[in-house]
Amino acid sequence: MTPVRISIAAAIGAALLLLIILELIRGRRLKERYALLWLVTGVALLVLALWRGGLNTIAGWLGVGTYPPAILFAAAIMFVIAVLLHYSTVLSRLTDDNVLLAQEVALLRARIDVLEADATPTAKNPAATARRAG
Amino acid sequence: MTSIVAVVPAFDEEAAIGAVVEEIRAVDPLIDVVVVDDGSTDGTADVARAAGAAVVRLPFNLGIGAAVQTGFRYALEHGYDVAVRLDGDGQHDATELPKLLIPLGRGEADVVTGSRFRGGDDAYRPPLGRRLGITWFARLVSILSGQKVTDTTSGFQALNRDAIALFARDYPSDYPEVEATVLLLKHRLRLVEVPVRMREREHGSSSITLLRSIYYAIKVTLALLVAMARRSAIPSEGSPR
Repeated sequence: MTPVRISIAAAIGAALLLLIILELIRGRRLKERYALLWLVTGVALLVLALWRGGLNTIAGWLGVGTYPPAILFAAAIMFVIAVLLHYSTVLSRLTDDNVLLAQEVALLRARIDVLEADATPTAKNPAATARRAG
Repeated sequence: MTSIVAVVPAFDEEAAIGAVVEEIRAVDPLIDVVVVDDGSTDGTADVARAAGAAVVRLPFNLGIGAAVQTGFRYALEHGYDVAVRLDGDGQHDATELPKLLIPLGRGEADVVTGSRFRGGDDAYRPPLGRRLGITWFARLVSILSGQKVTDTTSGFQALNRDAIALFARDYPSDYPEVEATVLLLKHRLRLVEVPVRMREREHGSSSITLLRSIYYAIKVTLALLVAMARRSAIPSEGSPR
């Protein structure tokens, strides 16, 4: 059986995690898009912590019936891996977007350089001088 | 009249870039030169501009692949018929450039690569590690693409509009030439190699040591296999990523 104290500690931990996530969403410091996976993590851990019979049953299936809290750790690690993997995809997309933006900025700046050179009144460029005077 | 732009990626090349630009313009004054300054901290952009090139300055260093791609996007946006890529360190001899344009002009190819191993350059003897890598990738790409390719690491290339459009949308990043070769063959663009001479680097020695060659070989091989396995070679317009 799972020691009661571990269930209590795990439940408190999971509840705290959920509270922090909700507070971050409320304060708009965490976009819902990225919070979803964290919310699932928090709820799953809370359920596993409180549902002691279920934890024992799952541990029995997986052959660790002598120490059911191992399932809690395993679940927590799995969710952390999922969140990290999700971050890697987000990071990859941000990197691509960043490159695209830098290229776009550089190409636009090159166009502005040309436009400004054309618009500067010089002896070589009487048309621009006339436009300015007019 | 075909309009031609020379795309020259440069990172901290103020000592070499002026001569590179002038050499291209001496070969054919009708060729426009665009130098892509990849976040240099020295006077690369000013020197290039003074030599008569258009300069596209990236706000920070993006690496060679993204810098070259910026040049292709410039070529696409400004409607050039042909883009030629030469490196900013002067290792590509601009006087060889007309050779690359001949197959394009005849409509025989979409991409023409200047190869050091098509019998043109007996004097070119890269160090062992580099030579092994070059041979390995030539074999691998030949097998993957079913076409004999001798020099997959050459950045001395001429492209027509179809090829410019492809590379403007999708171009590999770190050591891009090998992967780009596979990419263009996968898109059924026609690749032709012509023999060219290349110069030794004008400034500094090549930074590729044996250990780095091995690392580079493994990394690019993986990238190649990923490129072959990728679902769509081109991300389709507006697809969610």
